[in-house]
Amino acid sequence: MIAVVRRRAGRWALNGAATISLAYILLPLIFVVWLAFFRQEIPSFPPEGYSLKWFAAILDQRKFVDGFSLSFQVGVLATVAGLALGVPAALCLDRFDFRLRGPLGNLLLMPLVVPGVVLGTAMYVFHVEVENGLDIDVIGTFYALVGGHIVIVIPWVVRLVTASLAGLDRATEEAAQNLGANPWITFRRITLPAIRPGMVAGALFGFVASFGNLEMSLFLVGPGRTTLPIVILQYLEWKIDPTIAAVSVIQILLIGAIMLITDRYVKLARVV
Amino acid sequence: MAELGIRNLAKRYGDFYAVRDVSLDIADGEFLVLLGPSGCGKTTTLRMVAGFIEPSAGHVALGGSDVTLLPPWKRNAGMVFQSYALFPHMTVAQNVAFGLEMRKLPRVEIGKRVEEALALVRLGGYGGRLPRQLSGGQQQRVALARALAIRPGVLLLDEPLSNLDAKLRQEVRVEIRELQRQLGLTTVMVTHDQEEALTMADRLVVMNEGSVCQVGSQRDLYERPATRFVAGFVGRSTFLAGTVESPGRFRTDGGLALACTGGTPGRAVLALRPEQVEIAALPLGGLDNRLAGTVEFVSYLGSLIDIHVRLSAADRLVVQVANREGGLAPDVGQPVHVGWPASVGQVFNE
Repeated sequence: MIAVVRRRAGRWALNGAATISLAYILLPLIFVVWLAFFRQEIPSFPPEGYSLKWFAAILDQRKFVDGFSLSFQVGVLATVAGLALGVPAALCLDRFDFRLRGPLGNLLLMPLVVPGVVLGTAMYVFHVEVENGLDIDVIGTFYALVGGHIVIVIPWVVRLVTASLAGLDRATEEAAQNLGANPWITFRRITLPAIRPGMVAGALFGFVASFGNLEMSLFLVGPGRTTLPIVILQYLEWKIDPTIAAVSVIQILLIGAIMLITDRYVKLARVV
Repeated sequence: MAELGIRNLAKRYGDFYAVRDVSLDIADGEFLVLLGPSGCGKTTTLRMVAGFIEPSAGHVALGGSDVTLLPPWKRNAGMVFQSYALFPHMTVAQNVAFGLEMRKLPRVEIGKRVEEALALVRLGGYGGRLPRQLSGGQQQRVALARALAIRPGVLLLDEPLSNLDAKLRQEVRVEIRELQRQLGLTTVMVTHDQEEALTMADRLVVMNEGSVCQVGSQRDLYERPATRFVAGFVGRSTFLAGTVESPGRFRTDGGLALACTGGTPGRAVLALRPEQVEIAALPLGGLDNRLAGTVEFVSYLGSLIDIHVRLSAADRLVVQVANREGGLAPDVGQPVHVGWPASVGQVFNE
């Protein structure tokens, strides 16, 4: 009897804690979405009425459209490059035992824990040095921006691909070779399918991290070349109207859509 | 199928020899078992035959041609892995077809041979399933079908039964053995399970610490073990430590004088098979060695009973008797008599 009560109490406590955590995460999102449909310019409660005009307002402001477009391009390029670098890195860390394996593995995950401001400052200084040393344009260029974003995509790819490699039975690769597959065919037919979920999830999270990055990007953007989070920040310095909320809603929808689509191919709960 | 030759094969890691100077000839259609404790080099030897490990020295010849320098994908050796190593994202049929695709066979031929291979392991109709939808025993059979489909020159089995439960293991043993005979497959199996080795092999190789201890039939290994290690590893032996005083005379550390066959004077152990020693409540007649002792421990194994008999302060012997109606059912502390002919005791000099 006591055991039953205790178990029931435990379940209530767990459900309660889960509800609170979920509310804590979701409430700001709910408010932002709600705010995006307010009719009045100054956010206040209760709303005076509802309207879609703020969504239309986004398109009138070129900087939002340009910022979105730039963030999207940078995100896609950084993700592609992050995969090209991160997947082989994860494979090497998993396969080969070399002296600096531990430190190198940590180094590749470092951008996740180093504050964006620090990362941005370091890169800015580096760009200045390179520009002075080699006499080429680096600071504020599109490629420097992409280069910076690759750094924040790599840890996600490395981490998630490493996780999916842990679930791969190495004997399956040997079995393929035993059956006549050379190393390249073995990689394509056996290894790649096994790490594909990790690659998809890594690319997805890498893209989201890149798309939403503010602190590091502040140091890397140039005149007339601003990413969406920076555009939002700059807009907020002057005005607080529901336009920002509308922009956020679009971002949330975009990222949500990517997640849902990805989840159809790779169960995210399995890889994260 | 083809014959397999292993010539002075060795694998060294730094100063450590995983395998040292192993030479074996496996005849066409023969079932050879490499038996030994973990770390004895049996798996390393098998993997060198498959091409996954590059030997430090020696040669591997398959069907008369030297394959030592060929990568695994160019050798025609079918391997069944301990974990089965089925491709999880492919169906059973795709798994079995993989090796045939690599050989670039026409599609129709592949389909036919996949059917054949699956029928051979009694999994016809399972082609569309995924490995994870099969039981352990079925997965094991898919792995076997996959290895057989490529019609390998030699079949390599790496502890293929160790992930199956005890009852299934006995069935699969017989099944693999029958299939092997029927198809005339040259087969090398690695196992640490002596019962498995004894029931399946045409010929056994006992390995220890990277070297071959003895090659022979079940009877050879059991009745004429070449080393103390083989005597202890194949079947069971009780070892009495002592000295050979002169050929045929052995004195234990406990001071018992025993008759044995052979041996050169010096420190040695006398190995006795528990089931070859007789035990009775009354003194035994007509045996070369007759001793009195006390029952110290009895372990009841069902059809058999192990009786541990204390012969002297330093000597203890295990005797195994069949559990029969009216047989000896000794209690701990009871005085008993044991005896054995000189010929059953094996002397190993140290």
